[in-house]
Formats: sequence, structure tokens, C-alpha cells
Amino acid sequence: MRLDRRSLIIALASSTLFGAVACKGGSSGGGGSSSGGGSEIVLGHYASMTGSTAHFGQDTDKAVRMAVDEVNAAGGVIGKKLKVVTLDTRGDSAEAANAVTRLIDVEKSTAILGEVASSLSLAGGRVAQRRKIPMVSPSSTNPKVTEVGDYVFRVCFLDPFQGKVMAKFAKETLKVEKVAILKDVKNDYSIGLSDAFKESFEKLGGKIAVEQSYGQGDTDFSAQLTAIKNTDAQAIFVPGYYAEVGAIARTAERLGVKLPLLGGDGWDAPDLFKIGGDAINGSYFSNHFAPDAATPKAQKFVADFKTKYGMEPTGLGALGYDAAAVLADAIKRAGKTDTDALRAALADTKNFEGVTGSITIDPQRNAQKSAVVLKIEGGKAKFAATVAP
Amino acid sequence: MSQFLQQVINGLSLGSIYALIALGYTMVYGILKLINFAHSEVFMVGAYTGFYTAGALGIEGMEQRGAAFPLYLALVVLMVAMGASALLGVLIERLAYRPVRSAPRLTPLITAIGVSLLLQNLGMLVFTPNPRRYPPIIKEVRFELGGVIVTNVKLTIFVVTLALMLGLWYLVQRTWTGRAMRAVSVNLDAAKLMGIDTGRTISATFAIGSALAAAGGILFGLDQITINPLMGTLTGLKAFVAAVLGGIGNIPGAVVGGLLIGLAEQLVAGYVSPDYRDAITFVILIVILILRPEGILGVVRQEKV
Repeated sequence: MRLDRRSLIIALASSTLFGAVACKGGSSGGGGSSSGGGSEIVLGHYASMTGSTAHFGQDTDKAVRMAVDEVNAAGGVIGKKLKVVTLDTRGDSAEAANAVTRLIDVEKSTAILGEVASSLSLAGGRVAQRRKIPMVSPSSTNPKVTEVGDYVFRVCFLDPFQGKVMAKFAKETLKVEKVAILKDVKNDYSIGLSDAFKESFEKLGGKIAVEQSYGQGDTDFSAQLTAIKNTDAQAIFVPGYYAEVGAIARTAERLGVKLPLLGGDGWDAPDLFKIGGDAINGSYFSNHFAPDAATPKAQKFVADFKTKYGMEPTGLGALGYDAAAVLADAIKRAGKTDTDALRAALADTKNFEGVTGSITIDPQRNAQKSAVVLKIEGGKAKFAATVAP
Repeated sequence: MSQFLQQVINGLSLGSIYALIALGYTMVYGILKLINFAHSEVFMVGAYTGFYTAGALGIEGMEQRGAAFPLYLALVVLMVAMGASALLGVLIERLAYRPVRSAPRLTPLITAIGVSLLLQNLGMLVFTPNPRRYPPIIKEVRFELGGVIVTNVKLTIFVVTLALMLGLWYLVQRTWTGRAMRAVSVNLDAAKLMGIDTGRTISATFAIGSALAAAGGILFGLDQITINPLMGTLTGLKAFVAAVLGGIGNIPGAVVGGLLIGLAEQLVAGYVSPDYRDAITFVILIVILILRPEGILGVVRQEKV
């Protein structure tokens, strides 16, 4: 027995250690090797190409490459061709910081594009800021991202606005008085968005029936949904990412919870429909872009994207396209690849006509834009409303 | 009241899955005094084998047509996954544990951790790290009884777990293989002197434990909707705690431990805070190690010097 107990303790100690090692993982494969000197300008893109948010990274990367190909086909900028080097973050914030360091030191990037997830943009943004390399996040909506410093920009709206949009939509369009919240407490984006929703919804006179939480990577949501079922909530606000949201929708259906789910741009991926199936029908989420109700510029983007990749772009893809286009435009206006000049040119972006609307960078390095609300019907997201800032 | 019953049912179904995995930990520990950390990855591989087998049998087409997956094919999926995992378990024992059998006890433990990490990363390479929706090899039907919802999937989980546990009990208590297993667990060298093929008995133990983990993997996928290559890490650790709670090396103990851990987790998540659902398992572990290190059903076995 004496021996047994000792081996148990050793086993536990080593399993803890083993957990820590498993989380770290190795570095992931990257692209090219040429330096920024010569005839090319390297744009470093860090994105979750694999992992539980792989769709975010893959869609964004496709659109970034499409934007850069179009710029190069039109002769490039300041006499040079643009080149995209993508490194995988696997949805891990330590890996995101590594990727940005490598993009700067090894790939000699002039500027950085990325990430989608706010937690990862915060990690990567700190590295870019320290090294004074301009970074443009296509779609990180947490306010803290651009507060990292004056080298970090974004081309999308912020969570306080997104939360307000959904609160207004729930109260005024869906006419619900009581909403339950189910948020991911391991995710800056989810916490920020749920706080923003709560504040706006209560200001409009609504009530939060109950607040429940989960952690990214959880697979069992039955305890939370059973608790929500026993309140008088009329809808559930789930500001999470698509993989968990899909499973939450299925679990809710299984438990007989027949409430519409509401969410944000983190839902925007085809896997939401694959995982959620019929259970996700009748839900609503706010997004940057609706493929079925768009400007001529956006329609051209959707058509080109379909021709090139044989699939519909997501809103996050559209933002990736805009981020790359804004960056190319800033390099053109700066006239050189000097990082200070490029930073100033980015800050000076005004009324840039993007796929997701007109982009003007404000003094806090954010873009002021309107949002759309999409309704899910028959396994497809359809335009439901536009909400201006 | 209906909320409480609902949480209890959900907790028991989760606990049944923990119990199936815990049996593998406890059987191997009983015989070799080895904590087989690679067991959680055998569970994961079992789930993925079921995923791909169902895919190969054309479940996607059937789902699109609205046709139910036939029961005999569901059994084929279960058998293939259990077989593949049993093979993997035996292979792991042959390649990673048998060569270090006579080494100090820490050596195979470290080897086990190595195998576990290797399989996890291979899983991410081969299966991709993206979460996948588990194919509905059993079409879900819901029953409502006084506000409590029970699905046929949950009932299947109870039935399959119960059947496999009874089968295991019969095997260990009533067959020659089982008798050999019990003999080896008392004293490996003495069993060898009595003419028992210890190598084969150990392989059989690994095969049975791994097959049960595969069944757990498929039930987990059905119950939890999505699977990913890291699904074994936390689930496996909880099942291991279940084995310790029940008394490691003790087969009924693993079942009792699994059910208790599942219940505790669900009730804490439902009534205290979901943030503590993982913590409660390890609080239980610490308490049990302090108050009753041999576990609920464990017995202190005197070691003769």
C-alpha cells in the first residue's frame, strides 16, 4: 500500500506536468523564405489555420491572398509585388505571439495581418507594438485589441457596438423581455460581448434571466441549459464561437429548450450548420457583412471568391480582404515601406471603399461601421436587418 | 424537482462513460501496478474509428435522405471501433511497456506519458484538430416524463454500459482468462510458476480495457455531439480519478467512482457554477487521497517483505 500511494502521487505530479506540455505543443509549418529586401514586400499573416477556430483562419487567409493577387495583377504597389506569408496559430495565444515574432524576425515582414480571435490579436499585437511593426486585425472586435498601442489597427466594429445591435434587435424586433446569457469565460471576445449586450439590454428595459458560462473546448452543456430551461427566459444570448454554439444548439434541442439563440460574428462559419444542423434554425447573429444583401463591390467580391475557391465567403473572409486592401492602400500612400510612414498612412485612412462598407480609421485606430443581423433558416444565414452606429 | 432529476440523469449518463474508461485504468493497474496514461488516447482513437467507420458505411447519405442508420450497422461500428482499439492497446503494451517491464516502476509510467503525447499529436496530424460532429449512428428519439427529458441515446448509454460491465464481471469471475488475470494481479511471478501464460494474460487485459474505452468513445461522441483529438486528455484524467475514487484495481469500484464523478460534476455545474465542473473532480481526488487512499471499495493489501 505504501508503494501504491507513492506511485499515485508521482502519477499525479507527472500528469499535471504532462498537461502543461500538451498545451504548449510544437511550432507549426510556415511558408516562404525570401526576405523583405528585393522586389517584394512581405505581409505577414498569422491565423488559426487549424484547431477549433480553423474556419476563421482559413477563410481569412483565402481572402487576404485574393486581395493581394488583385493588387499584384494591377502592377503591385510602389513598383514592388506583395507577398503573403502565413503562419498557423492553431487558435493558441502563446502560438500567436510566437508566430508574430517569427513573421518579423525570420520572414522580415513589413506589416502584419491578423488575427480573428481577440485573445490571439492581443497576444500578437503586443509583439508587433514592441517591435514597432504596424498590424491590422481584420476582425477582432474586443476593445482592448487596439488599446495595446499605436501600431495596432482594425477594420471592423467593436463589441460594445455589436452587443448594442443584438440588444436592440432582441428588444425591439423580436420583442423579448427576458434573455438568458451563456458565455465562454475562457474567451475575451465572449466576455466583452456578453457584458456589452447585458448593459444595452438592461438600459432598454430588458432583464437578464440568468447568466451561465462554459469554457472553450467544453463539450457538455446540459447542466447550463437545464438551468436556463427552468427560468422564464425568452431567448438565449450565446456570444461564443461556432463549434461550441453548434453543440449548444443541439443540446438545447435535445433538452426541449425551444428558445431562439442570439449571437455575434463568432458564429460565422459553415461548420455552425454542420454541427448545429436543424437545431440552429431560427437563430440570429450580428455580422459585418451579408452575402445576400450587398453593394456592387461586395457582390463582385462574392462572385470572385466563388470562382476562385468554389465556396461562399464568410463575413470574416470579407474583412480579411478589406484588411489586406487597406494595408496595400496605405503602403501606396506612404510611398515607402518605412514602418513609421506606413503607420501614419494607416492612421490616415479615410472613406476607403471596402467590401464590408466604408472604412475610416478613427483616432483610437478602430473602424466605425454598421452591422447586419442575419437569420438562420434552412441551414443558411439570411439578411434580416442593418443597424447603423 | 424536475430540474434536479434532469441533472441527475445527465450526470449518470456522463458518469457511465467515465466508468467505461475507468475500467481500463483499473484493470491494467490491478495487474501491472501501472497507470496507463495512453488509455485516454485509446479512447480518442476509438471514437474516431467509429466516426470513420460510420462515414464509410454511408451515414451521411442516409442522413440527407432522412433514413435512419440501421441498428445492425451501428453494432458493426461499435465492433470495428472496439476491435481497432483493442489492437492498439495490445500494440502499445507490446512496444512500449513490455520492453521496460523489469525496469523501476517510474520508467513505464514515463513511457506511458510519452505514448499518450505521441498519440495526441498523431491524432491532430491524421484527424485534423477541427472539432467534428459525431454521426448520429442512433437516431435520437426524446421522451418526456414529468418535465424530465430522456433520450434513447441516454438509455442506450446506460444499457451498453451495464451490458459491458456485466460481461466483464462474467469474464473476470467465471472464465479461465479471468482466473488467470486475477492470479497475475495477486503475484505475477507466482502466476508464471503455476504455468500461466502471463504475457498473453496481460495482452488480454489491455485488449479488453481498450475495447471498453472505444465503446466509451462512441457513446461520448453520441452524447456530447462533437469530438476532437484532445478529447481524451480531460475525460481520461477524470476517469482516472474515478478509478482512484472507487479504489484503483477494483472493478466494481471503477463503476461506482465513474458514476459519482459524473453526478458530482453535473450537480456542481448546475447548482454552484459551471466554472467549477472540472475543479470538483480534483477536489474529490485530494479529499479521497487524504481520507481514504485505498478508495471507496478498495482494500488494503498487506505487502509481505
